[in-house]
Amino acid sequence: MSLRSYIIARLLLTIPMILLLLTLVFLIIRVLPGDPALLHFEKQVKPEALEAFRRNLGLDKPVPQQYFDYLMGLFRGDLGKSMQDFSPVGGQIFSAFPATLELAIYAMIGAVLIGVFLGVRASQSYNTTEDHSIRTFGIVSYAIPVFFLGMVFQIIFSIQLHWFPSGGRIYPGMEPLGLSVGGVHLVTGLYTVDSLLEGNITKFIQAVRYLVLPSLALGVVLSGVFLRLTRSNMLETSRLDFVTAAKARGLKQSTVLYAYALRNAFLPILTMMGLQFAALLAGAVLTETTFSWPGLGRYLVDRISFRDYTAIQGAVVFFGLLVALVSLIVDILYAYLDPRIRL
Amino acid sequence: MSRAGSTGRILVQLLPRFVQLKGRGVAGWTVIIGSVLVASIVVITILAPWISPHNPIAINVGPILAAPTPEFPLGTNHLGQDMLSRIIWGGVTMLQVAVISVAVCLAVGLPIGLLATYAGGLPDKVSSLVMDSVYAFPGLVLAIAIAAMLGRGVVNMSVAIAVVYVPSYYRIVRSQVLTVKELPYVEAARALGGRSGTILFRYVLPNVVPSIVSVATINFADAILTAAGLTFVGLGLSVAVPDWGWDLTYGRQLLPAGAWWVITFPGVMIVLLALGFTLIGEGLSEIMSPRLEQ
Repeated sequence: MSLRSYIIARLLLTIPMILLLLTLVFLIIRVLPGDPALLHFEKQVKPEALEAFRRNLGLDKPVPQQYFDYLMGLFRGDLGKSMQDFSPVGGQIFSAFPATLELAIYAMIGAVLIGVFLGVRASQSYNTTEDHSIRTFGIVSYAIPVFFLGMVFQIIFSIQLHWFPSGGRIYPGMEPLGLSVGGVHLVTGLYTVDSLLEGNITKFIQAVRYLVLPSLALGVVLSGVFLRLTRSNMLETSRLDFVTAAKARGLKQSTVLYAYALRNAFLPILTMMGLQFAALLAGAVLTETTFSWPGLGRYLVDRISFRDYTAIQGAVVFFGLLVALVSLIVDILYAYLDPRIRL
Repeated sequence: MSRAGSTGRILVQLLPRFVQLKGRGVAGWTVIIGSVLVASIVVITILAPWISPHNPIAINVGPILAAPTPEFPLGTNHLGQDMLSRIIWGGVTMLQVAVISVAVCLAVGLPIGLLATYAGGLPDKVSSLVMDSVYAFPGLVLAIAIAAMLGRGVVNMSVAIAVVYVPSYYRIVRSQVLTVKELPYVEAARALGGRSGTILFRYVLPNVVPSIVSVATINFADAILTAAGLTFVGLGLSVAVPDWGWDLTYGRQLLPAGAWWVITFPGVMIVLLALGFTLIGEGLSEIMSPRLEQ
């Protein structure tokens, strides 16, 4: 199969999956016991007010019609209106997304770096105390709720040591502006990137200081899988001929390890990054709440406390689509890098 | 022989493997340590009414936000509740949620996996597509949506968690059934005119049991962590139930006051319980598939 036909086949496979996912979310919010409009008010509300509320959100229509409107809306990028202030949910989600993306990127980098480093160390000291301690760390990291680890970090590094801020994304009013050249304005919404585009090192350092604890907490929790994967891959690879050959040529131990053996583990690690993306987003929801990080997860949690079901639906749909998109990209990338997949 | 009988026989055959845990090196010890952790927490929880020094939900039994002292060894929270009593009682919720959600997962994932995969064709394709879609979703986010709609309560929370993890069971059952289905002795049974039901329950199911056991054990840990997560985002149980997740959630607001004890102890308990189950699951899956032993 050529790369192009593989991509087309993979795209076609994504469509029913996304449709199913959208239907699932719709069923949860509209069909599961509990009327979202009634639940929203919690207390007694005048029937006329409830009726007007339903009409305003289109909740008075028959369910199949609602389902159709919902799908058509999504097609146009419309995620519905908020129950709180009737503003479009889509806009709120898009403005919260860059914060989540930035946290996710740095957390993933952290997870891969910690996991790969420890995995290589463990495989080098196979079956020694060091190996066992690293493996124990891998299992413990899996059992720690990310928000608990986050709070422990807050106690140690911000309340006791005052090294890093305990929450938020940057000082109020210090948000980086991005790059403005001749009327063209370039803003990514990622503070570490925008501050560099603006050429403001102070803002960059601040943005990094705010990022350290949340991305480290999330990174440590996710590092276990990468650790395990790297360890077992390295153990297998170090027995292969090309590694022995590299050693025999008298190359430095670290060169053999990182430039030869580890390269072989690159594809599995890439696949794992794609597979862990869903876990990363789920972890981000909790991490953002712990560190008052103004992203999508925090938005979702805020909306839960307002009982804003249309916004909850929108955020959940957005998370689902994001994961579908990332797994699509990873699969295509994988097929590009490893031609065997296309066979 | 009854269907339950043959499954039971397989379990009995597996038992010696578990009994000789000590002879199984690291994997055996992993299971032992995990079991000790889980068993201790279960015992503490069962004995709670007798060993808890105070009523866990009574307020003002001690000073507000007191650091650990001999009288209140784990301190008190912002309501003046005794943290030690809350720790002793707090496992009830976690264990209930874990047991119910694993039971729901088994009751749904196992039969669908067995029947749809064994039937093959359209039922297999459809159920695989549905399960894969759910599996691809960020688990906690899906559980949040379901829990938000179902409302508070131990059972509702467990159902929300179970929906997220059913696909893990389905996938493991499916892969086992696909393998076993093609084995000569199953083909022989079919050729001899064995009924599908008999083949499924007497020959296929017993082969699926070992992997289901290790998935379910690790799933206990997942359920506990997800339950804590749901509580943390505000979808937990009512204030009137002692719960480690609740303590951790409300303890967050007390951190600036320096009240580290309010979050540390419940957090450690959640980690120990989840760790216990993870260790058992890891060890079991290593013992049952020795080629992974590396």
